Amino acid sequence: MIPGAFNYHCPSTVADAVALLSSLGDEARPLAGGHSLIPMMKLRLATPEHLIDLHGIASLKGIRQEADRLVIGAMTTQHELLASPEVSAAFPILKETALLIADPQVRYRGTLGGNVVNGDPGNDMPALMMTLHASYRLEGPDGVRDVAASDFYQGAYFTALEPGELLTAITIPFTASGHGYAYEKLKRKVGDYATAAAAVMLTMANGKVESCSIGLTNLSDTPLLAEAAADAVIGTGLDDDTLKKASERAQEIMSPAADARGPVEYRKHVGGIMVMRALKRAAARAA
Amino acid sequence: MAKTHVTMTVNGAEVEGLVEPRTLLIHFIRENLQLTGAHIGCETTHCGACTVDIDGMSVKSCTMFAVQANGSAITTIEGIANADGTLSALQEGFRQMHGLQCGFCTPGMIVRAHRLLQENPSPTEEEIRFGIAGNLCRCTGYQNIVKAIQYASAKINGVEFREAAE
Ligand SMILES: Cc1cc2nc3c(=O)[nH]c(=O)nc-3n(C[C@H](O)[C@H](O)[C@H](O)COP(=O)(O)OP(=O)(O)OC[C@H]3O[C@@H](n4cnc5c(N)ncnc54)[C@H](O)[C@@H]3O)c2cc1C
Ligand code: FES
Ligand code: FES
Repeated sequence: MIPGAFNYHCPSTVADAVALLSSLGDEARPLAGGHSLIPMMKLRLATPEHLIDLHGIASLKGIRQEADRLVIGAMTTQHELLASPEVSAAFPILKETALLIADPQVRYRGTLGGNVVNGDPGNDMPALMMTLHASYRLEGPDGVRDVAASDFYQGAYFTALEPGELLTAITIPFTASGHGYAYEKLKRKVGDYATAAAAVMLTMANGKVESCSIGLTNLSDTPLLAEAAADAVIGTGLDDDTLKKASERAQEIMSPAADARGPVEYRKHVGGIMVMRALKRAAARAA
Repeated sequence: MAKTHVTMTVNGAEVEGLVEPRTLLIHFIRENLQLTGAHIGCETTHCGACTVDIDGMSVKSCTMFAVQANGSAITTIEGIANADGTLSALQEGFRQMHGLQCGFCTPGMIVRAHRLLQENPSPTEEEIRFGIAGNLCRCTGYQNIVKAIQYASAKINGVEFREAAE
């Protein structure tokens, strides 16, 4: 369980980190909370020659409001998300999800940036970021660009992040007040990744769903937006038939891996149940 | 691989050392500093036996490099007792409530519970269980660990500890 040898760098600005990443090339990796990367390094599934520790870069920390959006620095930890009054007020679903990730120790270290950029289909934040229409600010040798979360994930551990680029912030547009929300996660035990999970954000008017967005975790190589399922509930009062239809439409796009968390059929089955439960709970919370 | 010089404050004392970047903090603490209270249970970030307190956070020190702790203030189980050497409220609670059997998980449990009580001096039973979810115990079934933390919480708050009826 001893990781391979590497050189350690601790830059204090984004520009220095980007310069290091570009000049050291493929063998360099950013180090955020280390709670995905260090376990991989111990197993020698990752053997970077250089680690660029992002902890010394003050500008990657913090949560701030910018016009109609909340901007969260990439190095903000899950623990800091839980402690943030801004997050609790605007995005209680972010808090609900963070509480379902791992355990207290992991949440003190693990960052939102590391979670969304890691590309592991088991990470919980990516599907939520898609559901919230978030975008990622990427800074590289050629400048800054914003990529929508829904365009970011390409396959397990494959993302739109280019070599030399750093994720600096996550931007989430504020949602209508009175929205309903829920993150439903089935896991085998505390601290486990999802067997299946679903995120729902919706608004209701006169007992009918007005808008809805549904994300799915660990039910494919990448997080998924279940658009057809969300369309199926618009204008309805979420009666049992509608819930069943939404669940079936979501299941149509699921292609989970068979692993220790269960065979494909089981994971799709419980994936559908997570969608129904999340829809019901979100509707009950909508004003 | 070139070694890096690190300094940190451990249990109130300034310490320093030369480490390879890949040296895990738990190895630095146990081998270089010879503080063997924090244990290595799983080495895979699951059991929490290696938990230490770093700058006010409970951290699994098997999942952090010593170089990442450069400049920080660390408390291990060796630094938990009261300044006069008497048992802290938590240590006393674990003793009184039989919060340990083999004792392997105990250093991590107490260091984690210490931070939990700093953040929330009067946790409910549910909050205690949620707060120690990153620490596994193979012996006690957790019941007495929860009571030990409740005992400490009562003591810290200056109220009498009463066991809930079972
Ligand atoms: C026991 C355990 C249980 C867990 N359970 C869950 C769970 O249920 N759900 C869940 O979602 N996660 C879980 N995790 C993972 C945890 O949330 C990680 O902390 C998170 O996935 C990664 O964040 P990090 O800050 O630790 O990133 P790191 O491990 O430091 O980095 C992860 C990857 O992202 C890259 N990277 C990090 N930051 C940046 C950046 N700013 N720009 C570019 N690249 C970057 C790194 O190079 C690396 O490749 C668990 C971890 C453990 C150890
Ligand atoms: S030894 Fe660190 S979590 Fe088990
Ligand atoms: S007392 Fe033996 S593992 Fe907890």
